[in-house]
Amino acid sequence: MTNDNKPAQPTDLMFGDDELERRLAQTWRTPAGVWGALTTVDHKIIGRRYIVTAFVFLALGGLLALAMRLQLAQPEARFIGPDRYNQIFTMHGSNMMFLFAVPVMEAMAVYLVPLMVGTRNIAFPRLNAFSYWIYLAGGLLLWISFALDTAPDVGWFAYVPLSGPQYGAGKRADLWAQMITFTEVAALAVAVEIVVTVFKQRAPGMSLDRIPLFVWSMLVTAFLVIMAMPAIMLASSTLILDRLVGTHFYNPAEGGDALLWQHLFWFFGHPEVYIIFLPAVGMVSTIIATFSRRPVFGYLPLVMALIATGILAFGLWVHHMFVVGLPKLGESFFTASSMAIAIPAGIQIFCWLATLWGGQPVLKTPMLFVLGFIVTFVIGGLTGVMVASVPFDTQVHDTYFVVAHFHYVLVGGAVFPLLGAIYYWFPKISGRMMSETLGRWAFALIFAGFNLTFFPMHILGLEGMPRRIYTYQPEMPWAGMNMFVSFSALILSLGFLVFFVDVIRSTRSGQIAGENPWGASTLEWATSSPPPCFNFRRIPVVGARDPLWSQPDELTVAGGLRTDRRELIVSSVVEAQPEASESSPRNSIWPLLAALATTVMLIWSIFSPWAVIWGSIPIGITLTGWFWPKQTPEDES
Amino acid sequence: MKAGAAVVLFVSAILIAGCNGAQSALNAEGAAAVQLKHLIIGIVVVCSVVWALVMVVLVLALLRARTPRESPSSESERRMGKLVTAAVAATVVIIAGLTIASFYATRGLGMSEDATLAIKVRGQQWWWQFIYDDVDPAKSFQTANEMHIPVGVDIRIELESSDVIHSFWVPSLAGKRDLIPGRQNVITIRAERPGVYRGQCAEFCGLQHSHMALFVIAENMAAYQRWAAAQRASSVSSADPEATAGKALFMRKPCAACHTIRGTEASGSTGPDLTHVGSRQTIAAGLLDNTRGSLAAWIADPQTLKPGNNMPMVPLSSDELRQLSAYMESLK
Repeated sequence: MTNDNKPAQPTDLMFGDDELERRLAQTWRTPAGVWGALTTVDHKIIGRRYIVTAFVFLALGGLLALAMRLQLAQPEARFIGPDRYNQIFTMHGSNMMFLFAVPVMEAMAVYLVPLMVGTRNIAFPRLNAFSYWIYLAGGLLLWISFALDTAPDVGWFAYVPLSGPQYGAGKRADLWAQMITFTEVAALAVAVEIVVTVFKQRAPGMSLDRIPLFVWSMLVTAFLVIMAMPAIMLASSTLILDRLVGTHFYNPAEGGDALLWQHLFWFFGHPEVYIIFLPAVGMVSTIIATFSRRPVFGYLPLVMALIATGILAFGLWVHHMFVVGLPKLGESFFTASSMAIAIPAGIQIFCWLATLWGGQPVLKTPMLFVLGFIVTFVIGGLTGVMVASVPFDTQVHDTYFVVAHFHYVLVGGAVFPLLGAIYYWFPKISGRMMSETLGRWAFALIFAGFNLTFFPMHILGLEGMPRRIYTYQPEMPWAGMNMFVSFSALILSLGFLVFFVDVIRSTRSGQIAGENPWGASTLEWATSSPPPCFNFRRIPVVGARDPLWSQPDELTVAGGLRTDRRELIVSSVVEAQPEASESSPRNSIWPLLAALATTVMLIWSIFSPWAVIWGSIPIGITLTGWFWPKQTPEDES
Repeated sequence: MKAGAAVVLFVSAILIAGCNGAQSALNAEGAAAVQLKHLIIGIVVVCSVVWALVMVVLVLALLRARTPRESPSSESERRMGKLVTAAVAATVVIIAGLTIASFYATRGLGMSEDATLAIKVRGQQWWWQFIYDDVDPAKSFQTANEMHIPVGVDIRIELESSDVIHSFWVPSLAGKRDLIPGRQNVITIRAERPGVYRGQCAEFCGLQHSHMALFVIAENMAAYQRWAAAQRASSVSSADPEATAGKALFMRKPCAACHTIRGTEASGSTGPDLTHVGSRQTIAAGLLDNTRGSLAAWIADPQTLKPGNNMPMVPLSSDELRQLSAYMESLK
């Protein structure tokens, strides 16, 4: 792979294991201390950081949900006023979608994908660092505005004209729109990194039909992000233009259109659901295979279902708009396409059931969450089929039925697998096992609490309770069930509390895990737990779909990468034949500085359109610094 | 078994819910709502059965695993492949069936061409304006938050908004439809039986989205026509001295700038038309029963009762408050 083997260019072929590790650690390490933390481009450190931040946002969003349940437990309660309540539900939705669900899935990929495909770092590692800082800034922007009582109050989909210049007073809707820009920039960056990592950095021999299913799911998700996110950035930017410089994209009085917003928003918003759900599907496939002690049944149909879901995801957005008065023919098309997505979903469920059927299921905590996922997600999928029907939807749209439906899909369909995935990969990330006892308690409380909280909402919705109301009147027959739901929400939060306690406890004193505690089959388990900064001492060569099961004793490895500079193998897209060795960037402070400059520009542009011009100058300077050659060995290539 | 019990529970909960009072999709009293209720129950039953079947397979797969058995052979894999294919085929059939059922229901809900009566609905933050237009402008009138309709005939509802998006939803009569600025949407409703049907704004519209209720009062044709005739008439002055004083106060204070009372010089159009406010059952979009006490409370401090609404607090003495509420109550 390298052109020649001059003594000045030491490669991994020249050293024994211990000496090689020492040299690789020297090249790849992140220095200790604050400076190291700010400059690192190690995908594991950034991924871990991303995951922890996303879970902090999950906890904060959960507290908001509890506040809402407290207010709704009784009719005409005066615990929270309408203004604060509107901020709270807007924050809850925006926070969970933009600051928790999408980032946490991408974060899992940032950590796991490079390990699962057997490479030393993610593609564009500095962009990865930049992505995290931008995400953090967007999250802080939103939460600081909430602390100052000026948080967005127009719902997480910010329909115009309510969010427009005439009815959305102050800077609240602008803060929402800019928060979107922050998180979308961060998400797009990670999506590009994942596509390139999966296409070009796979271990030799990991042809397309040997890619682990989680990696496949993240690849499809990354393409969804790349195609869907521009729509919302367009929408939020035009909204800001309407509000800041007086354009009329959404003003019907001046030839604009209030429905244009909804089309743009949902063209993004529906794929968004699959951006959250598909990674979860990959997690389920991974966990089911490991704990059924057999390869997952129907690898090819599962991959096809992922791709089909990804494509269909772009053809259903109008089912969020069935009551705006669209032509019948259009509504019929979108009913049919929305129904059709049940087919790939069905294929996946049946393949997982077949895997369980043909395997020897072991009911460890990750598996419990997956079983909980099947039970709840099938309900969410079926209520999805219900709301896909236009006439059905006219009765339940914007009611608690829909609230129940999407929590079944998003919590049952994505958070359950995610919690399972945390239990599953925690040993790899931290080197320690989580507690099986606490895990079972967490699962039982979360599963029971979730169903008791959200199932009754279906009935509340059919009984006519609209969503997004800060209170309801005593004469409505909803009070008893709302009280029940609020109480159940406490059970659910208790479950999450147990989970967080377990995470903190296990980080400090969990049982030491070892390389492969679950006896899993994918490459991330072929290195130490936690993995060294260079991931793999020698790059594995993959000869089968489940490499650690088909070569249980020792993996074949590839050699020839230099040890004095950061180098990884670039391989071909289809067959993963090694093509070249490519240098990978060193640690740098510039991504952080660029992110700070971008943050200043984006926040400033809430207040003045000139920020886009003057604010671009510091960004330009930081990007120049970022790409300036520094005479490091990595610059040679 | 847990799965079966849950299905039974769900279906029975829905049936029980159907017996409840107003504003429920399962308490169908209109032609469209009855059709929708049948569709809803049909789809829910089919989906519950599907879910129960999946759960049965899941439980069997887990129970089966407890018995030790040989490692997966290519024979058993092939058999599972066939079963999965069959299950996917069944999914396709069920999905196609539900899609067709949905199309069929949509066709049944088509727009009526020969509606007896057309009512224009304007959504406002946070109340409903109902305009009964007539070719003869002298016969046109409007009301707020309470719509009377005759039973047994199709009513054409024309939906418009004067500010943000709202959604008109009276679940006992029909599904919802949005009111969108710059557009007009039309739906047909028809009540089969006399009654008071509650509805509520279903699209988030700002601070008081929660308090934007409406009532559709369906009555037989004769009663409806009596009501309409009364509404067409201008307001009549009451002989009661307190109410007379209240009327003078209304014209002097800022009230008249926002409200119309036909037959007087009050002709503001920002707030609800109060010509016959005394004849309505509730005030403030379903917030309070229409009594003299609640009228006084509302006039005295609308912002405490419904924070954020567009009616300002006008400082009044207690005598003035009494007079104004007497006048409002007299506007039958």
